[in-house]
Amino acid sequence: MTPVRSIRSRTVVIASSNIDTDQIIPARFLTTTTKDGLGRNLFADWRYREDGAPNPDFVLNRAESHGAAILVAGPNFGCGSSREHAPWALLDHGIRAVISTEIADIFRGNSLKNGLVPVIVDAAAAKWLIEHPGVEVTIDVGAGRLELPNGSTAPFPLEAFARHCLMNGVDELGYLRSQLGDIERFEAAHA
Amino acid sequence: MSASTLFDKVWRAHEVVAETAAAPAVLYVDLHLIHEVTSPQAFSLLKSLGLPVRRPDRTLATMDHSIPTATEQVFGGVPIKVDAAARQVATLERNAAEFGVELFAMRDARRGIVHVISPELGATQPGMTIVCGDSHTSTHGAFGALAFGIGSTEVGHVLATQALLQRKPKTLAVNVEGALQPGVTAKDLILAIIGRIGVAGGTGYVIEFRGSTIRALSMDERMTVCNMSIEAGARAGMIAPDETTFAYLEGRPRAPKGAAWERAVAHWRTLTTDPGAAFDAAASIDAATLEPMITYGTNPGMVLPIGAAIPDKRGDEIFDKALAYMGFHGGEAMLGKRVDVVFIGSCTNGRLADLEAAAQILKGRKVAPGVRLLIVPGSQQVKREAEAAGYADIFKDAGADWRESGCSMCLGMNGDTIAAGQYSVSTSNRNFEGRQGVGARTLLASPFTAAASAVRGLITDPRDMLR
Ligand code: SF4
Repeated sequence: MTPVRSIRSRTVVIASSNIDTDQIIPARFLTTTTKDGLGRNLFADWRYREDGAPNPDFVLNRAESHGAAILVAGPNFGCGSSREHAPWALLDHGIRAVISTEIADIFRGNSLKNGLVPVIVDAAAAKWLIEHPGVEVTIDVGAGRLELPNGSTAPFPLEAFARHCLMNGVDELGYLRSQLGDIERFEAAHA
Repeated sequence: MSASTLFDKVWRAHEVVAETAAAPAVLYVDLHLIHEVTSPQAFSLLKSLGLPVRRPDRTLATMDHSIPTATEQVFGGVPIKVDAAARQVATLERNAAEFGVELFAMRDARRGIVHVISPELGATQPGMTIVCGDSHTSTHGAFGALAFGIGSTEVGHVLATQALLQRKPKTLAVNVEGALQPGVTAKDLILAIIGRIGVAGGTGYVIEFRGSTIRALSMDERMTVCNMSIEAGARAGMIAPDETTFAYLEGRPRAPKGAAWERAVAHWRTLTTDPGAAFDAAASIDAATLEPMITYGTNPGMVLPIGAAIPDKRGDEIFDKALAYMGFHGGEAMLGKRVDVVFIGSCTNGRLADLEAAAQILKGRKVAPGVRLLIVPGSQQVKREAEAAGYADIFKDAGADWRESGCSMCLGMNGDTIAAGQYSVSTSNRNFEGRQGVGARTLLASPFTAAASAVRGLITDPRDMLR
């Protein structure tokens, strides 16, 4: 995993609440056996019209959204299905962090494992971001701080281990495998 | 030691390394369930690192999400219609063979939805930790197991180490008292609970469902309740094991036998929340006043007693967007609305008790003209049992389409979908936009309500037909 220390980018805002992983990547696109190319179908049912043409009203299709790497979303983002295809699709599209007041548990865990930063902020910061789409913000992973262009900052929680993994590009599997001695002893004791 | 909750007991018994401020716990996994959609990338990870599956004996694979349910596609004659699904089926067959993992392949008599087959085999047992790359793994909590969904990367972690890195979640007690009225089911109960605590009300928590109502439920019903814990945001839901649990498990193929059974039951009896143990949060529900429930919006928390009118919350953005998608308006009654498709099945309501409920309504009745009723058993075993009990004949006589087991129209990956704009009363668990097909409109309800609505072609209170 590539280390993620800070992200500076414009935001793209989808303010809806309860955006579930079926919206992020509908089930009919889960028939892949790799992680590649999922970005094309990110938010497919909102992004494309029935004839397959881009829906010009959907924010991701607007010119000003191109290159924006930070998604600001309403509360309870990523609820529903555990599909890791959701963070894969976001990352494949170029999104590197999601800011919301509330991010669903499984999605949050899946994001961290792929270097997509879940940024949980208070209602005031979220409201400001929703009211000012497209602003350039900085996510400082080390400090657990979101810096807004109005000069204010918002702290966000990131537990020590997750921060360490993100900042050093640590893959959790390597860490888990370093515990195999303990796992074997546990198995022997419980056999 | 101080009083512990059921969750605490199971968690502690599986801590290989306890969590610290600096690092999450290393949690041992007793049983890892695998299916074709979320496992390919995990097996690829193992291959790229040259690692074996560490404990194939604790790993069980099935096919459910993308496989066909049409008999001729499952048992031959016709190739699998959806190409990508055929590829996933072939990939899982290859991976299982290469890594030595037991697989219930497409034609295996033990195959079915992962959350239906593991309990019916007796592989799901009290006090276990169970994970699967699927959010409805919470189902297995009905046995007093700690069971939760994980992502594909974590599937790889468990394959490689039989353990997971986890932060300890908080606990939420949901206390349910009072007897359910006739025609009101476990599905109605869990929909009412989600309506009460909200779709994010359980985020960060493991729920323990408690109280006299829960104790009176059968295992099939308890599974329906725990299944939808995730729709309240909780990764896991648990119910303490009791005589009902033991009676269900005894004699199942993978349950302990003889002296081992006696020892297991003695241990399982200790898996209850001690008097005085503290939960981080609590909620109470009076079951006696509940009615059949139905959803009207695009998440499972947008739910009503079936006789009620849709609330009028114009101006609330979530509400307006959901109602626009559904083609509904605030103030309208749910009863009598048009139904195009009815789906009875899924890991929520695809077990024998659910099919029995549907049969009770459908016996001697016909599906309304123009309505499509699809009934998909949760497993091949459920299918055989429903056929032996005569339910399958009742369904076919009523004009229903009776299929091989699988997830089917719950998520529409295999081609079993609903057309844009159509209304589907479904016994599954998610009414998200597009869940059952692009533009499909899903109304979640119990098997009673689904069957009754199929008969009239309109949303119907099943109590009308049960009297
Ligand atoms: S039946 Fe539906 S909810 Fe259950 S495992 Fe299958 S797709 Fe998921």
